[in-house]
Amino acid sequence: MTIAISEQAPRRKHGFDYTKTVLYGFAAALVLLIVLPMSWLVYYAFVDKTGAFTIGNFYTLFSDPAFQEPLVTTFVLATSTSLICCLVAAPMGWLVARTDMPLRRTVRLMVTASFVTPPFLGAIAWELLAAPNSGLLNKLARSAFGLESDEHIFNIYSFPGLIFVIACYTFPYVFVLVANALDRMPGDLEDASSILGGGTWQTAKRITIPLVLPALLAGALVAFLQAMTLFGSPAILALPAGFHTMTTKIWSLFQYPPKPELAAAASLPLLILTVILLRAEHMILGRRSYSVIGGKNSDPRIIQLGGLTWLALGFCFVVLLCPVLLPYGALLNASFSRIATTPIWFDNFTFHNLYFVFFELSATKLALYNTFVLGIATATLGTILAVVISYLTTRQAVTGHRALGFLATAPVAIPGIVLGVGLFLSYTQMPLAVSYVCKSISGVPCDTFASAFQLYGTKWILLLAFLTLGLPAAYQQMQSAFRAIHPELEDASRILGATRLRALWQITAPLLRTSVIATWCFVFVGTIRELSAAIMLFTSETKVISVLIFDLNESGDLAAISVLGIIMLVVTFGIVALANRLRIGGSPVQIRNA
Amino acid sequence: MTGKFNRRDVLKAGTALAATGLFAEPLRAAAPPAEAVTPALIEAAKKEGKVVHYTSVDLPLAEKVAKAFEAKYPGIAVRVERTGAERIFTRIGQEQQSRIYACDVVQSSDAAHFVVWKRDGLLLPYVPEDVAQHYPAEHKDADGLFASYRVYLCIMARNTDLVKPEDAPKGFRDLLDPKWAGKIVKAHPGYSGTILTATFQTARDVGWDYYEKLAKQRIMQLQSASDPPKKLALGERAIMADGIEYGIFQLKETGKPVDPIYAVEGSPMIIGPNGILKSAPNPNAAKLLQNFMLSAECQQFNVEFGGLRSAHKLVKDKPGRKPLSEIKVMKDDAAAVERDSEQIKVRYTQYFKV
Repeated sequence: MTIAISEQAPRRKHGFDYTKTVLYGFAAALVLLIVLPMSWLVYYAFVDKTGAFTIGNFYTLFSDPAFQEPLVTTFVLATSTSLICCLVAAPMGWLVARTDMPLRRTVRLMVTASFVTPPFLGAIAWELLAAPNSGLLNKLARSAFGLESDEHIFNIYSFPGLIFVIACYTFPYVFVLVANALDRMPGDLEDASSILGGGTWQTAKRITIPLVLPALLAGALVAFLQAMTLFGSPAILALPAGFHTMTTKIWSLFQYPPKPELAAAASLPLLILTVILLRAEHMILGRRSYSVIGGKNSDPRIIQLGGLTWLALGFCFVVLLCPVLLPYGALLNASFSRIATTPIWFDNFTFHNLYFVFFELSATKLALYNTFVLGIATATLGTILAVVISYLTTRQAVTGHRALGFLATAPVAIPGIVLGVGLFLSYTQMPLAVSYVCKSISGVPCDTFASAFQLYGTKWILLLAFLTLGLPAAYQQMQSAFRAIHPELEDASRILGATRLRALWQITAPLLRTSVIATWCFVFVGTIRELSAAIMLFTSETKVISVLIFDLNESGDLAAISVLGIIMLVVTFGIVALANRLRIGGSPVQIRNA
Repeated sequence: MTGKFNRRDVLKAGTALAATGLFAEPLRAAAPPAEAVTPALIEAAKKEGKVVHYTSVDLPLAEKVAKAFEAKYPGIAVRVERTGAERIFTRIGQEQQSRIYACDVVQSSDAAHFVVWKRDGLLLPYVPEDVAQHYPAEHKDADGLFASYRVYLCIMARNTDLVKPEDAPKGFRDLLDPKWAGKIVKAHPGYSGTILTATFQTARDVGWDYYEKLAKQRIMQLQSASDPPKKLALGERAIMADGIEYGIFQLKETGKPVDPIYAVEGSPMIIGPNGILKSAPNPNAAKLLQNFMLSAECQQFNVEFGGLRSAHKLVKDKPGRKPLSEIKVMKDDAAAVERDSEQIKVRYTQYFKV
């Protein structure tokens, strides 16, 4: 019984196989999802205000100091972040995967926590902690070391401050890749080295490090990418410090008077660089397959830390203070304190902030509602798309499955803010374009027909954005889940006369249930924290929590932000905990930075 | 200036599409007759059940006013959409262009926006009784499209824990002293209507070179004009170069360590008008809200609780605050701000880099 037999069997009496229709339907949907906004983006980048072809936008981009500086800043920012992430995450990944350090599970859990913390929330928490004068840590330092009232140790409103905060929420990407590589690396290669007389360090140098290097390098590239395309943290920390990154610059181009052509042109380099870096990552990680050719025969060797245990534990603790313990503490403090940056004590404890958010702030209810509706819709649709596409690609059901797989992964290369700009341009201009085309063909005004393309101002445009951004991770998850299930079972069902869809429903679906739920959870978590696309696409009726938090930050309402942030974190952790209980040995899930 | 692509075109594109060339704006000679709040209006507003208010007033105050309205007219929920005035302007432009009609009543701290909205025919003529009887002519539109909801100054201030009164700067030029480097906080004219208006008046009366030099003082650049008072109160910076006076009043009167400074060169005068959009989805609730917001009751509340000043003749100042008559105030000029706003933003960005 082989796959070939069932694949090549002539069509039976059960008649029409819907697979091809489904394939083309999904391919069309994906093209619409990805190609349409990107085409408008490219179109806009190459026209001037009157719509004539020009490369003037790019000339402005590379010659005007107002753009050159953010370009350079972003490059330095991404490089330094990537470097710091590697320096921190590699030793931590090794400690967790390969040593007998106690609390290894706890450390992994805390890294997951920093992984799912929205970076913009982390940035605001660090404002509370390390603003040069009012920051909690600086206040503490002043009273501990008796510094003058305007002296400070930390200044979060600075370039190093921004790098630090971004690294806090980016290092988990490197950590996960490194720890996984170490987890999966077969112990027998290292055993062989020791049997042949290699000491611990020689084994490390000759075997372990070369084997883990590709993962580290790939991690470095991912970290670079994340730092480069991040919007929230720079918007919160760089502007007060008086500089722009590329993402905040793109966003500022939509302030009055809007310059969509320049924004489109500025988005393209980000897009192209992302594609190149992801290509590089793919090549690096692709090579790993031959290095673990021995297969997983024996467990990885665990190194006894001995006297270094406390040092190792201390290192992990200090690292995890930065993204998790301190920021969460600061947010909790600000939620219940009368003054956001004064430590809670009997005289300033208050529930007023909770009251304000739930009973006075009239935007809360709608934003929560929008966020959950969009989160649930995106997670559901995204999971369905991912299940069908990964079925078609892993079972190689039809010709053209490869293209489908490519389309489902392609959005990984689209930074959130770039997608936001693309969708904004598409769906604010579509009604005008459709109306114009329709009128010139039919001769009558057809505004009613054209207004069907008016997605801007509705939740649909946000759904499209979130779906596009969430799809690649969902697809990767489901693909690995499908790979884990042998096609024999489906084949048996089909030989017994079931259609492909019926086999899928009766055999494969029950086996996949946990993976499907896990995928749903992670798309949901990724969606409710999305900021960079939402900030381009929201209107007052379609505001989501992340945008509300961003708005509140601009007017300095820190207490309200803290309350909303804590709500967001609680929901996120609930969902992540659910997913972790259900997931059975799936691959790590990538959640985008917002 | 770009010339080809200005405020007018953005909005015109939207209205032209919506109108499909049918109704040209008739010229109005004068405001419509004043309207009282009738039981019929309240009934109609309750049927609509909600009203959406775009505003740049500091959020807690805006929400308090909304809650007072809801208490007075149960069954009508107010949703406050607060952001910087310049964002509101962009947002309304985008929404009108895309024919999204979400906003009922709009409040902006940049009076120039009302010049544009009036010109583009976006505003509904409506004169509440209070406005007809108790607002001076310079605080209401001749055609009855809007009236001044709030009057306040954009001021300097100090943190009283960090700066002694005798050391405090007296005016804008004092901020250029190297001893204030790294100690100043201010907001951004690309976001805040208050700051755009203030930047226009300050550049006119003090000179652009003041801003050019201030940019070298390592200032903390915030977005909203309601944020600097809050950062000042936290002690994050010692001096506020610009920000809302009413925020400083609120904080000072609740015991926070802040104190206003009225610059010797003069303090920029900010006037924030209120108007109803023609495209309002809840026109009756909008009228009711407009009526309420401009009433003596709401205006007095704004003064007492909010620290604002009022154009309403029956509203009394709160004792203990310096009355406008004793302060050197710069002259507001909405038409000129409208003319220069793009240029102001470009120049500001050149100096301050963001």
